[in-house]
Amino acid sequence: MNPSPGTGTKCQLLFTVNGEARKVLAHPMERLLDVLRNELALTGTKEGCGEGECGSCSVLLDGMLVNSCLVPVAQATGASIVTIEGMSAHTLMIPLQEAFLECGGAQCGICTPGMILAAVHLLEKTLEPAPADIREGLAGNLCRCTGYQQIFEAVAMAARRMVRK
Amino acid sequence: MRADPAEFRLVSPGDLQVVLSLLASEPTEWLPIAGGTDLMVLYSAGKLPNRKLVNIWNIPELRQIEVFPDSVRIGAACTYTALRKHDIVSREFPLLATAASWTGGIANQNRGTLGGNIANASPAADSLPALLVYDAEVTLISARGERRMAYRDFHSGYKQTALAADELIRDISLPRRFSEYVSHARKVGARNAQAISKVCLAALGQIANGTIRDVRLALGSVAPIPFRLNETERALTGKKIEPSLIDTARKSLVKEIRPIDDIRSTARYRAAVAGNLVSEFLEKLAAAGANA
Repeated sequence: MNPSPGTGTKCQLLFTVNGEARKVLAHPMERLLDVLRNELALTGTKEGCGEGECGSCSVLLDGMLVNSCLVPVAQATGASIVTIEGMSAHTLMIPLQEAFLECGGAQCGICTPGMILAAVHLLEKTLEPAPADIREGLAGNLCRCTGYQQIFEAVAMAARRMVRK
Repeated sequence: MRADPAEFRLVSPGDLQVVLSLLASEPTEWLPIAGGTDLMVLYSAGKLPNRKLVNIWNIPELRQIEVFPDSVRIGAACTYTALRKHDIVSREFPLLATAASWTGGIANQNRGTLGGNIANASPAADSLPALLVYDAEVTLISARGERRMAYRDFHSGYKQTALAADELIRDISLPRRFSEYVSHARKVGARNAQAISKVCLAALGQIANGTIRDVRLALGSVAPIPFRLNETERALTGKKIEPSLIDTARKSLVKEIRPIDDIRSTARYRAAVAGNLVSEFLEKLAAAGANA
C-alpha cells in the first residue's frame, strides 16, 4: 500500500459542501474549520474555543452535528457538509430566524450559527421538543451574552410554529 | 504554540489489517485517531507527541454493536450517540447509556468513541465506571494477534494502560446478566454537559429479603484510574441496609479512594460527595427491596 503523502504534502480532497461538489488542496490534519473558512471562504462557521467546548464551529457532517475544529479535514473526504450558509433554503430557517429575533436569541452573533445548526439538528429529529430536549440539544453550544433563556425560548417558539404549519 | 498541519501525516487505509501492519511497522510512531474529540484538542494545542496519525474512524468492523445471547460486543469506534440509540444497550446497560448522555454535548457525542474514552484513560471519564461494574472485557488486536482481558485490569496507573504501542482496542464486550439489577448513575460537575466530573458514580445492586445479594460500585475522579470499590462492596454484601450500614459504607470508601485537589474540586469535597452518592444509591436499593 502507498501509506500516504509524506509530511508536508498537501492532498487533493473531495467533498460536498452545501450541496456543491468541492475540491480542495489541503494538509490532511488541517482542521475542517480552517478549510471551510480559509479555503472555501465560508466564514459563517466561527472559531470560539478551538477545543470542542463551545460549539461555535458546529457544522453538519453527513447529517451529524459536529465541532469542525475537532475534525481533521481528511476525515471529511467524500462527506456531505452543511454549514450555516447552506441553511438558507432550509424549511426551519425562517421560523428559527424570526424566533431568534423576536426572543432576543442573538446578541453578539458568534454563537448563533452553531446554535441554529444545533437547533436544526434537534428539530429535524424531534418535532415537539420538551424544554429538557432543547436544553440537551443545545448544551454543547456556549453563549456569553444571552444567558441562554432567550435562545431556548426561540427554539421552542420555532418548533411550535413549525408544528402549526 | 499551535500545531502546523504541514508537519503531520494522516493516512486513511480504511482497512483494519492495513492499520495493524502500519502500527506494527513503526509502533511508537503511529497514533490511531477515531472521532478526534481528545486528540484534536492536544493537536491544536501543539501537545500531540506523534507526527503520524492513522485514521480508524472509517473502519466498519470497529463501528458495529453485535448482540449475542450472552453478551453485547461494542466496536471500539462506536460513538456515544450510537450507544444511546441502541435498544439493547440502553435497556440492559443503562449506566453506560446514561454516561454516554453526560459525555460532552451532542456534537461531541456524535464523534467521541467508547474505545477512545478507554484509551485516553482519564480518571474522570464518565463511561468507564459503568464498564467496571458491568464486568466488561476488552479485546486488543495487533498484527501479532488478539488478546482478551478483563477491563478492570486495563488501567495500571494514571494514564497508564495495558495497550501496547502496536495494539488497538477492537471491542468491548459486556455480559448480559445485569438487566435485573437496580442501577444508579450520578455525575456531579459544574454543569451537565461539557463539564468534566468532580465525581461520578456507576452502581448496581441486587436485594432479596432486605439483604444485599450483590453490589457493584465504581467511581470516576476519585483515584488515578476509574475505581471499583472492592472493599466497600465486600463490607456491604449479605447485609441489611440500615443507617449503620450506610455509615459503614461511607467510612469504608473514604479509606479506599485516593482523591486529589485540582482545578475542578478538592479531595475533601470529592470524598464527601462520593459518600453521598453511595448512600443515595443504597437508599434507592433499599426502597427497591421494600417494593419488591
